[in-house]
Amino acid sequence: MHKFFDKNISLFSSICAIISGLIVGLIIMLFTNPSEAFSAFFTILTGGFQEGFVSISRMLYDAAPLILTGLSVGFSFKTGLFNIGAPGQLIMGAIVAIIAGVHFTFLGAFQWLIALILAGIAGALWAIIPGVLKAYRHVNEVVSTIMMNYIGLYLAVYLVKLVVYNREKNESLYVHANAVIPSIKLGNLTISWGFLIALLIIVIFHIILTRTVFGYELKTVGFNHHAAQYAGMNAKRNIILSLVISGALAGLAGGVIYLNNIGRALEVVDVLPNEGYLGIPVALIGLNNPIGIFFAGLFMSYITLGGFYMQIYNFVPEIIDVIISSIIYFSALVMLFKALLEKLGKRRNVHG
Amino acid sequence: MDNLYFLLQQMLYFAIPLLIVALGGMFSERSGIVNIALEGIMLFGAFFGLLMVKYIQDMQGREVIENIAKQQLVLLVGLLVASLAGGLFALLHAYASINMKANQVISGTALNLFAPALSIFIARSIPFTNYTQQVNFRGKAFLIKKVPILGDIPFIGKILFQQAFITTFIGFLILVLSYIIIYKTRFGLRLRACGEHPQGAASAGVSVMKMRYLGVLISGILAGCGGYVFIVTTSTQYNATVSGYGFLALAVLIFGEWKPLRIFLASLFFGLMKTIASAYSGIPFLASLRLPSEFYRMIPFIATLIVLSLSSSKGEGPRALGEIYDAGKR
Repeated sequence: MHKFFDKNISLFSSICAIISGLIVGLIIMLFTNPSEAFSAFFTILTGGFQEGFVSISRMLYDAAPLILTGLSVGFSFKTGLFNIGAPGQLIMGAIVAIIAGVHFTFLGAFQWLIALILAGIAGALWAIIPGVLKAYRHVNEVVSTIMMNYIGLYLAVYLVKLVVYNREKNESLYVHANAVIPSIKLGNLTISWGFLIALLIIVIFHIILTRTVFGYELKTVGFNHHAAQYAGMNAKRNIILSLVISGALAGLAGGVIYLNNIGRALEVVDVLPNEGYLGIPVALIGLNNPIGIFFAGLFMSYITLGGFYMQIYNFVPEIIDVIISSIIYFSALVMLFKALLEKLGKRRNVHG
Repeated sequence: MDNLYFLLQQMLYFAIPLLIVALGGMFSERSGIVNIALEGIMLFGAFFGLLMVKYIQDMQGREVIENIAKQQLVLLVGLLVASLAGGLFALLHAYASINMKANQVISGTALNLFAPALSIFIARSIPFTNYTQQVNFRGKAFLIKKVPILGDIPFIGKILFQQAFITTFIGFLILVLSYIIIYKTRFGLRLRACGEHPQGAASAGVSVMKMRYLGVLISGILAGCGGYVFIVTTSTQYNATVSGYGFLALAVLIFGEWKPLRIFLASLFFGLMKTIASAYSGIPFLASLRLPSEFYRMIPFIATLIVLSLSSSKGEGPRALGEIYDAGKR
C-alpha cells in the first residue's frame, strides 16, 4: 500500500511539473502577445497532430534520440549515478557515426547499421573514464562527466575539421546514402529504424532491470552502495558498467541524430547538442522507468513540434525551450507537490 | 616582446571573467550548495546587462560615445544590472535546493537551459534588438588606451594599464574582498562551517538556511557580473551564449581547490590556454608545434580531471557539498 502511494506521488508530481511548466509558458506568452496567447498555446498542446500523419511521423522521428538519451540518464539514475555527460557521449557517438557514414562506403547496405553500432561503442568508451574515476578514485561523476563533455566537444570539432569537413558550411559532410538510417512505411506513417531501435532498447532495458541478476545488482548498488558491497556485489564493476551502458545509449542517440538525410550535420561551434541535455528532463518526467521514458520522449518531441507553428502567431519558437526548462525546474520541486498531495489527501480524509 | 605583452593582455581578458565567476561558485559551494548553473547565470546576467548598455548607448551622441570616462560609467551601470539579474536568477536555485531540498544538479541544469531559452525568446520578441537574438553594443568604447602615469610603469604598466578594461581592476578587487570575506570575517567562517558540517554550525547557533541563501546569492551576483565582463571585454555582440565559460569556471573552482588564491592562479592558467588556443598561430614557437587549437582548449578540462583523480580520495572540497541539509541528522 505504501509503495503504491509512493509510486503515485512521483507520477503526480511529474504531471504537476509538466502542468506548471506549461503554465509558465502561457504566462510569458500572455505578457508578450496577449491577444494571440491562448490560440498559440492551444497549438502547442495539439502540435504533434497539426498535419496528421506527417506530424506523427516527424514526432516519432524526433522522439528516438530523446528516448535514447532519456534512457541513458535514467539508466545511470537507477544505479544512483547522475550521468550529466550524455551530451559529450552523444557528440562522440555522432562524430564516429559521421566518419563511418562518410568514409566507410565499402560496407554497402550495412553501412548505417555499422555506423550506428560504432556510435554506441564510442559513447560507451567515453563513459568509461568517469566510470573508472568514480569507482577507483571516488571522483564525483557529475563533475567528471561535465569535464568529459567539453573534452568531447573539442575533440569532435577537431575530428570534423580533420576528416569530414564541409568548409563552405563550417560543419561536417553529409553521410553517404547507405549510411542514412532507413525507415519503413506503415500506410501513411513513416517510422525510422532509429525509433524501432529505441523501442527495442526499452524492452532490453526493462528485462535487464527486472529479470537479471546484473540488473538487481545495479539497483542495489544504487540504493545502498555499502550494503551491496557487504552482500558480496562488486560495486566498482557495477558503477563502471552502469556508466558504460548509459554512455552507449547516449552515443547511439548521436548516431540516430546525425545519420540522416534531412540536412542536419555536426556544426563547428562551441555548443553541445541540446538532445544530450534533454535526456535529463525525459528521464525525470519518465520517472526513470523505461516505459515512462518512452512516453516522456514522445511528449518532448510532441510539444517541440508545436513550437514550429509559433511564428503563425508572432511567437518565437524558443517558448518551447522555456517551457521545457521550466518543467525540469519544477520536476526538481518534488517536495512541493508531495506536500500538496498530502494536503489534498488529508482534506479528503476529513470529509470522507 | 610585443608578442609577450599581447599574450599577457589577452590572458587577462579571458582570466578575469573566469576569476569572478569561479569566486562566485566558491561562495555557493563553500556554503554546501553545488552550483553547476554558473553557465546559465552568466548568460542571464550578461543579457540584461548588455540590454542596458545598448539602451544607454543608443541614446548617446557621438561625443559621449567617444568620451572614455563617461563610457566607464555606462559600463558600470551595465555591470550593476548584470549582477542584480544574476543574483535574482540564482535565487531560483537557492529556493529549489534549500527550501525544497531538491537535487541541486537538476535545479542547476534547469537554470542552464532556461537562461538561453528566455534570453532568445525575449530578444527575438522585442523591436529593440530588431527581433534577432543578438544584442549589439559598442564594446570598443570601453577600452582604456592608457592610464596616465601608471601606464608608464615598465612591464606591469604595459600589461595592466594599457589597452585595459576597468573590469580587470574590479576583478582584482573582488578577489581581495573574497579572500577577506571567506577567511577573515565571521560571516566567512560561518559560511564555510555550513559547507563542512552544517549540523555543527546549526548547533552553534548559525542559521544554515540563511548562510546558504547568501552563498548562492553571492554566487549569482558574481556569475552575472562575470558573464557580463566576459562578453563586454571579448566581444561586441551578445549572441545568447557564453561558450561553455560557466563550466570552465567550474573547472577553475575545482582546479583551484575552492580557495581564492588558487582560484586566481587557476584562472590565469586557464586564461592562458584559451589565449593560446585563439592566438597560437601568431607565436612562432607554438605554431611550430603544430598542435590544433582544440588541443589547448581541452587542456583545462583534462587538467581538472587529473587533479580530481589525484586529490579526491583525500577528500578535498567542502565536505557537505551537495548534501541536503537535514537538521535532525547528526
